[in-house]
Amino acid sequence: HRHAGMAVAGLAADGRQIVARGKSEARSYESVYGEAVPVKELSERVASYVHLCTLYWWLRPFGCGVILGGYDRDGPQLYLIEPSGISYRYFGAAIGKGKQAAKTEIEKLKLSEMTCREGVIEVAKIIYKLHDEAKDKAFELEMSWICEESKREHQKVPEDLLEEAKTAAKVALEEMDAD
Amino acid sequence: MDLNLDAPHSMGTTIIGVTYNGGVVLGADSRTSTGMYVANRASDKITQLTDNVYVCRSGSAADSQVVSDYVRYFLHQHTIQLGQPATVKVSANLIRMLAYNNKNMLQTGLIVGGWDKYEGGKIYGIPLGGTVVEQPFAIGGSGSSYLYGFFDQAWKENMTKEEAEQLVVKAVSLAIARDGASGGVVRTVIINEEGVTRNFYPGDQLQLWHEELEPQNSLLDILNAAGPEPMAM
Repeated sequence: HRHAGMAVAGLAADGRQIVARGKSEARSYESVYGEAVPVKELSERVASYVHLCTLYWWLRPFGCGVILGGYDRDGPQLYLIEPSGISYRYFGAAIGKGKQAAKTEIEKLKLSEMTCREGVIEVAKIIYKLHDEAKDKAFELEMSWICEESKREHQKVPEDLLEEAKTAAKVALEEMDAD
Repeated sequence: MDLNLDAPHSMGTTIIGVTYNGGVVLGADSRTSTGMYVANRASDKITQLTDNVYVCRSGSAADSQVVSDYVRYFLHQHTIQLGQPATVKVSANLIRMLAYNNKNMLQTGLIVGGWDKYEGGKIYGIPLGGTVVEQPFAIGGSGSSYLYGFFDQAWKENMTKEEAEQLVVKAVSLAIARDGASGGVVRTVIINEEGVTRNFYPGDQLQLWHEELEPQNSLLDILNAAGPEPMAM
């Protein structure tokens, strides 16, 4: 549903499956209960599906982790779902190859004092900072957000803000290198 | 006289749900009839679904009981999964699913009322076909026919709890006066942030309306009371 979105790290094909399941759970919840699925409930349902694939010998676990973000009646929430099937709520989370370094950077941020706009820029800075020119392949940054400004709907970050974020990130990199 | 004691129990009924500033008041009569015979003159037509959501039942007694039982069961599971009380809207939707999907077999009109922390006091009417209508007040049952005009005139927004309950009791008692299938006592349930309060108004304490007679003492009282003293011989 439009009030929640997912970011996937790992095997893309497995990721598509998880996203499809998330969409289907959200749709079915709404058709039974008549209201938009609470983010907590959605994350629990997706996590239990991921967990399912760890129970039987003839199924392999999902090869990817998912970050689920949503905005419901209790406000904005972020959940992380790992291939083992556990799901926790976070205020800042990272998955993928650079997750340890990313987590360190996130911990430096004062999340409770940031707006979503500021968050977009900070996230871009972290991604650029972590990218190792030598070791990693070139990348394209894609971002999405859910906030008051996006009318509580999951949408791609608008072009201008994205450009602003990328520029700020590159500037921050140069400042760091200059040291 | 055809009593037809094999007729399915039906609650002719008058049921009402009213929102006020801070919660809802649900009210109902207490007559359950089997044809012409009153099977239960003190039934409780306001049934609990969760701590904060109640439903008024009308129509077939059996159908409405079964539907409430199923929904209570689903809501209980839902509450466990969600980790917090279910909302009134969700309760109404679950009832609607059962009512709509089984519309050919069921004959029950329901009024769902309750309080939750997101929307406050809410009333949802679910008549025969299985539509859901969110309303500031709802009336249902055979006795409700006599109340449409009354509510158009008497209902106003943002009443206090006392005003709302008085309105409900007055309305049910008016309907009881005119509808043969409604009678007995008036039960009300008030649901708000603080909790739930049940009230009971016996039939003989209700206000008398136009052309209604005072309750008469039974002739037996007169016969048994001042009889002549046995003559002393």
